Amino acid sequence: MDKGYDDIIVKTISRLMIPFIQLYALYVILHGHYSPGGGFQGGVILGASIILFALAFGRETALEVFKEKVLLVLCGIGVIIYAGAGYLCLLSGGNYLDYGKAPFFHPPYIRSFMIMVVEIGVGITVMAVMASIFFALSRRE
Amino acid sequence: MKLLAALSAFLTGAILIYGTLFMPPFGDPKAPAHTHVAPRYIARALEETEVPNIVTAILADYRGYDTLGETTVIFTAGVSVILLLRRNKK
Amino acid sequence: MELLIAKYNYWISVAIMMIGFYAMIGKRNLIKKLIGMNIFQTSIFLFYISIGARKGGSVPILGAPSTYINPLPHVLILTAIVVSVSTTAVALSILIKIHRTHGTIEEDEIPRD
Repeated sequence: MDKGYDDIIVKTISRLMIPFIQLYALYVILHGHYSPGGGFQGGVILGASIILFALAFGRETALEVFKEKVLLVLCGIGVIIYAGAGYLCLLSGGNYLDYGKAPFFHPPYIRSFMIMVVEIGVGITVMAVMASIFFALSRRE
Repeated sequence: MKLLAALSAFLTGAILIYGTLFMPPFGDPKAPAHTHVAPRYIARALEETEVPNIVTAILADYRGYDTLGETTVIFTAGVSVILLLRRNKK
Repeated sequence: MELLIAKYNYWISVAIMMIGFYAMIGKRNLIKKLIGMNIFQTSIFLFYISIGARKGGSVPILGAPSTYINPLPHVLILTAIVVSVSTTAVALSILIKIHRTHGTIEEDEIPRD
């Protein structure tokens, strides 16, 4: 786990595939309106791309690229996006998480927009928590 | 010990199978699960939210408060794992 | 015979549930008990989703076909799957602390005080 996998085929294929895996994960999060998917599924795929990087190139190299403090802050930012979206609806005159009264568009389209914002928040939190749990459980000693 | 565990698992399985004899058959359209809230969600989801995927519309709009609690659960699990597996620096 | 064939989904669910239950109470290693808990939770997901199936229905995305299956169990089980993953993660970290303190993860070698 310290220097990664010892084979050059694994390292080359991981280096080629990780950007495409992350692009597919973003597609799954944002296309959740029209196909199966959504926030949780896309967040887990993003977390899996970080775990693949740590398995192929070593835990220390992965911690230099995805720092632990940044992952912890990202855990909280996703929950703040979700709760903040509900609070925005409260400030504009409706109930908490009442998407019909938010201030940008008119009623059927504002609900679709707020669903997208909320799913992005869920995806960020799930990615950061999956990566943090892997880095905490795989410490060697 | 393992014989006692296997016997109690078998007995619990027999009681549960007796309990499922009174449930509706597989795929029945007149079952109570299909007649209370689900037809209202299916009929009004597109005109109220402009999202064709009914599962995402229910998860993030009609039952959005449950998904907020869910995100808090996974955040709490991440924080607890980091707190439990900490090493004190000397 | 019709009554026996019509309810096979509940029986498969109960069979997997009893395998998980036996693993939770019959094994002595703590990680095997944890895997048994995971098998138990998987059987509960199967049972709950099979309640929402419907004869002749299609995927719940609004398009051409006319009848859809019930989307509500899928929504509730998404939440339950995430709860299962969180419980397994916290239980594994507790097992690591037990191994650091006592040096073993067999149930009858850990002192009970």
